[in-house]
Amino acid sequence: MEETSADYIVSIQDLRVRFRTLLGISQAVDGVSLQIPRGKVLGVVGESGCGKSVTGLSILQIVPHRGEIESGRILFKESAEAASAELLAYDRYGPEMRAIRGNLISMIFQEPMTSLNPCYTIGDQVMEAVRLHSQDKTETKARALDILRKVEMPNPERILGTYPHQLSGGLRQRAMIAMALSCRPVLLIADEPTTALDVTTEAQILELMRQLQAEIGMSILFITHNMGVVAQMCDEVAVMYLGKVVEQASVDEIFYNPRHPYTISLLRSIPRVGGGQRGQLESIKGTVPDPYTRISGCPFHPRCPVCIEGVCDTVMPEVSQVSAADSHFVRCHLYASGPRHGGERTSRRHLARGQGTEKTFPDSGRISEADRRPRQGGGWH
Amino acid sequence: MYVRKGETLGLVGESGCGKTTTGRTVIRLYEPTAGDVVFDDPSLGKVSIPNLNRKQMAKVRQNMQIIFQDPFSSLDPRMTVGQIVGEPLVINRKLSAAARQDRIAELLEVVGLSPDYRSRYPHAFSGGQRQRIGIARALSLNPKLVVCDEPVSALDVSIQAQVLNLLADLQRKFDLTYLFIAHDLAVVENISDRVAVMYVGYVVEMASTGAIFQDPKHPYTEALLSAIPMPDPRQRRRPQKLPGEVPSPANPPTGCYFHPRCRYAQPICAVERPPLRDVGSQHWVACHFAEELTLRGISPVTDQALLPTMPERKPILKGDLPR
Repeated sequence: MEETSADYIVSIQDLRVRFRTLLGISQAVDGVSLQIPRGKVLGVVGESGCGKSVTGLSILQIVPHRGEIESGRILFKESAEAASAELLAYDRYGPEMRAIRGNLISMIFQEPMTSLNPCYTIGDQVMEAVRLHSQDKTETKARALDILRKVEMPNPERILGTYPHQLSGGLRQRAMIAMALSCRPVLLIADEPTTALDVTTEAQILELMRQLQAEIGMSILFITHNMGVVAQMCDEVAVMYLGKVVEQASVDEIFYNPRHPYTISLLRSIPRVGGGQRGQLESIKGTVPDPYTRISGCPFHPRCPVCIEGVCDTVMPEVSQVSAADSHFVRCHLYASGPRHGGERTSRRHLARGQGTEKTFPDSGRISEADRRPRQGGGWH
Repeated sequence: MYVRKGETLGLVGESGCGKTTTGRTVIRLYEPTAGDVVFDDPSLGKVSIPNLNRKQMAKVRQNMQIIFQDPFSSLDPRMTVGQIVGEPLVINRKLSAAARQDRIAELLEVVGLSPDYRSRYPHAFSGGQRQRIGIARALSLNPKLVVCDEPVSALDVSIQAQVLNLLADLQRKFDLTYLFIAHDLAVVENISDRVAVMYVGYVVEMASTGAIFQDPKHPYTEALLSAIPMPDPRQRRRPQKLPGEVPSPANPPTGCYFHPRCRYAQPICAVERPPLRDVGSQHWVACHFAEELTLRGISPVTDQALLPTMPERKPILKGDLPR
């Protein structure tokens, strides 16, 4: 959220995007600041309409018609040594943006059927990006075959000549990934890449993305609404609500030490497998307000269970850093570092669900080591 | 398979496995090509649904209703909410016009909507609210069985919880029986008493919810469970490799339909299709080796990430805030 020394690949600063529609102005993205760390997976979670997709589209300047990037900066650093380029300074139709789009930064979309052209073969579509961006025109077919093999397509030679309707959803999404990766991007923006897929296919695609990320060493901006997918895929997480990032931290902090009432509510409201049957689920009261109304103060206050009257409904909370070590940021008045509350932390109590027992941990700010299960260090087992 | 009175049977499987078709055939929106559906009607007793004539069907169908998946396409945009919810009452000539209005108001209140909304059109509502309208419509005739066809999969997580809670409340209140079709296993576990797993048109396993999730007996169920992305970053797991794709029901494999993808497959699996049989305590499995295999289920939630608690409200004075 603030300029940090950590190496980033894309740094979004105070981005504002609005849509002018017949019904009014919808502020889809309202002052988003995010850093996508190099070589890592940054997850962006939130409910529909929170502006997560528009944030992704803004990086490539492909915000749909009527959308307008009002202000903000998007800095792109191709490599650690390279100077940062300001993407929003480029004309969206200009040569600089075209050289980046689909080449250095590429994107996978949610619905594999509607984002593949039904009139062209998979081969044509995978080779298109290579043809556009590569100097060597003779190698395109070999490159396409190579990348189809990499995404574990069965029988890639045959797939080259097939049309999208001949493939299943999982294979189409693999073809999409192949298209996106054909020019070896340094950043992949994945917008709900598994939402339209079945669980077993989803698991395969996530596994594939993990492998490719490790192999190619690219960074991923992973946009999703599924907390399970976030936990499995991401290194860092930004939680968005109504066009604002309300909390950003490492994935472990988000799940084991969430601070924003919205993040906490979200984690409490998802049904969990293994949770047994018929636990009354906690739900967030109300609904996401319609995008044309402006909400005063904190955007979450009408639904917040711990809303402070007279404060949350009038004053927009500032971003405060919860812990310096984990670079955990939250936008909530409860953690505002005002003169009276500087550095104060609330007691943390974790509830073991299903047991009805409540464990209270000391107020030391960290759960004691004995209560923690060993960290897997981000590894797989 | 069977659904007991007053329980919720969860029906899970991947897209194309026939779960929606099953649900729709149960209430005879589709005609079965073979086989029978027996329904215990409160007034007519046990009736065979496919063999009923038009008149009988109209009577029986009042007791079996459906909630559809897509809250956007399942409500007529040119009818008001009152007309939508009241339509089953009109069709079945249940109540006088005045009594109908009272019933509509009551139904809207039951599903958590204001009765004032009855004169509005569906476009004015969010997805969660529309799903509530669909639920009110399904309840208008006091049905006994409600087929819930993916009622929450089009909704956001926070709204999903509200609708699931509503369905559970209504079941208690009105003594409903649910056939709950879904592909989200966490949702199914939460709401179901028993679960049936389908694969390419067959039920491959059916048992109590706990047994399915903790002690699955069919290799497909095991693979399905291993693919669930767990909301816990300290439990990152590699899903079990499931080679190949779901076969097309038009051209299914021989023997057990799952054998080409099954890692425990034996020669017999390619030849003979295993019947669905009870392997003890009402645990039905269609696998030749149900007794021999030890399969992995899901560890109970106590081993997973703990639920965070909401911080306490703090009195903050405006003067304390940074300007």
